[in-house]
This record gives sequence, structure tokens and C-alpha cells, in this order.
Amino acid sequence: MSEAAVMHHAVEPAEAPLTPESWGKLGMWVFLAGDAMSFGVLLLGYGLLRHSSSNWPLPSHVLGIGLTAFMTFLLICSSVTMVKGLEAVKNNQRSTAKKYLLLTILGGAGFLGLQAYEWTHLIHEGLTIDGNPWGSSLFGTTFFVITGFHGMHVTGGVIYLLVMLSVVSKRANALGPGWTYNVVEVLGLYWHFVDLVWIMVFTFIYLL
Amino acid sequence: MADTHASPNYWKIWFYLFVLTVVEIGVIYLPLAKIVIAVLLVTLACYKAFLVAMYFMHLKFERLTLAIIALTPFILCVFLILMLIPDIA
Repeated sequence: MSEAAVMHHAVEPAEAPLTPESWGKLGMWVFLAGDAMSFGVLLLGYGLLRHSSSNWPLPSHVLGIGLTAFMTFLLICSSVTMVKGLEAVKNNQRSTAKKYLLLTILGGAGFLGLQAYEWTHLIHEGLTIDGNPWGSSLFGTTFFVITGFHGMHVTGGVIYLLVMLSVVSKRANALGPGWTYNVVEVLGLYWHFVDLVWIMVFTFIYLL
Repeated sequence: MADTHASPNYWKIWFYLFVLTVVEIGVIYLPLAKIVIAVLLVTLACYKAFLVAMYFMHLKFERLTLAIIALTPFILCVFLILMLIPDIA
């Protein structure tokens, strides 16, 4: 073994434990586990405040279930297009992958548009962070903090998707198909997590 | 590892998630005790989250230790709920 080869071997990063495909994937999982704690604690806080309040409005009477059910449907659809996009990257079908990523972006953007519409509508009805016509003012605070925190995640996800769309479009061959598959898979993990969190938010904030 | 498993049928998972969402909305109008509805909703939501994590996030095809990392926040939240029960009951 030449000296250069030994040197090269010495600086070669070790394979990621748990996710031999890439370190990025392990990193994303660890980040998501932490992020899940943020959402978990927010929802627990919501439950505690609601439990100790005597005049908490019934969410399904005040918030529009139909619209948010459709938003849930949009996110579920965008999760499928994400996973189909990853499948296309795996099979080296670049134009199919781009099409699916674009559909995923449209799903996310549609979700954000509807959320902006929903917020505007509710604010006009008098729901704000310091009061509402139906009961405890904490109802509005928790609603805006939790759906807002999730909405910021969707916004970040749409930006992330746009960046990755350009990566898949332009640099697919620069670093090899394996690399592209890895980075799109890591993106997918984030996007599905945002969908998973919305399933929880929809249940706890709107339906319960 | 990504190449060693056959792709799950994603449209089937999509269909399950869609149906479970419709069931969830139906459940809130059922003439049942509040606590029963709450338990049903939480169970359905956890099952939907489980489907997303297992199939869309491919957790089913990863190493067990990674699944344990993913489960940690869930376990901690359950622990926190248990610790809070004496204060709110």
C-alpha cells in the first residue's frame, strides 16, 4: 500500500452506523426525533391547558373541519408523490422524478395557501392570540402557535423541495445517481415527517 | 440497503390513509362518550402516523436501532403524560 493510499484511508470517513447509505440520513433521523419532541411537547401543553380550562371552545364547532380535512388529503397526496419521485430517482427516470417533485411542491404550496386562507378567515371571525368570541383566549394562542409552527415546517419543506428539484434537474450526473438517491431520500424523510405531524395536529387541534 | 427490498405499494398506503382520515371525521359525530371518541381518534391517528413512518419513511426496512431512535420522542411523551396524570386527575 502506497503512502498516499494510507493517507487516503486515514481520512476516509467511517460508514454511518444504522444508515450505511449515508450520514445525512442518520443526521436527518436524529433531527426529526428532536423535532418530534418539540411537537410532542406543544401538543401535550395544549392538552394540559385545555384540560385545566373551564371554557375551552369545542374545536370542531369553531374551526372548519371540511377545509382542514382537504388540507390533510393534500399532504397525504404530496407524501405519495414524494415517495414516487424517490422511486423514479432510483430507477434513473429523471423527468418522471422531476414531475413527481413538482407535484409534491404543488401539494405543499396548496396546503400553505389554504392555511393562509383559513387563518385570514378565523382572524376575521375574531380568533386572535389574545382573545376570541367563544371562550378561553388560550384557545387562539395554542391554535396559532401549533398550526404556525407546523406551517413553518411546510414552508421550509417547500423551499427544501425547490432546492432539491434543481439538484435533480441539473446535477443528477455530477455526483452520481447513488448520491442523488441519498439526498432525495433524506428530503423525503423530512417531508413525510411534516405529513406525520399534521396527522397528529389535525387530530388533536381540530377533531378532539 | 435501499435496494434490497421491493417497493411497497404506495397507492395502497395512500388509500388506507385516506380511508382512515374519513373514518376519523366520522368518529367525531358518533353518539359515544367523549372519552371513547378521544381514545378512538388517538388510536386512529397513531395508526396513520405508524403507516407513514413504516412505509413512506421506510422504517420497516431499516435497522431496529434506527426505529428505536425514531420511537424515543414517542416514549418520552408517553412518560411525560404518565407523570402528569397525578396532577390533573
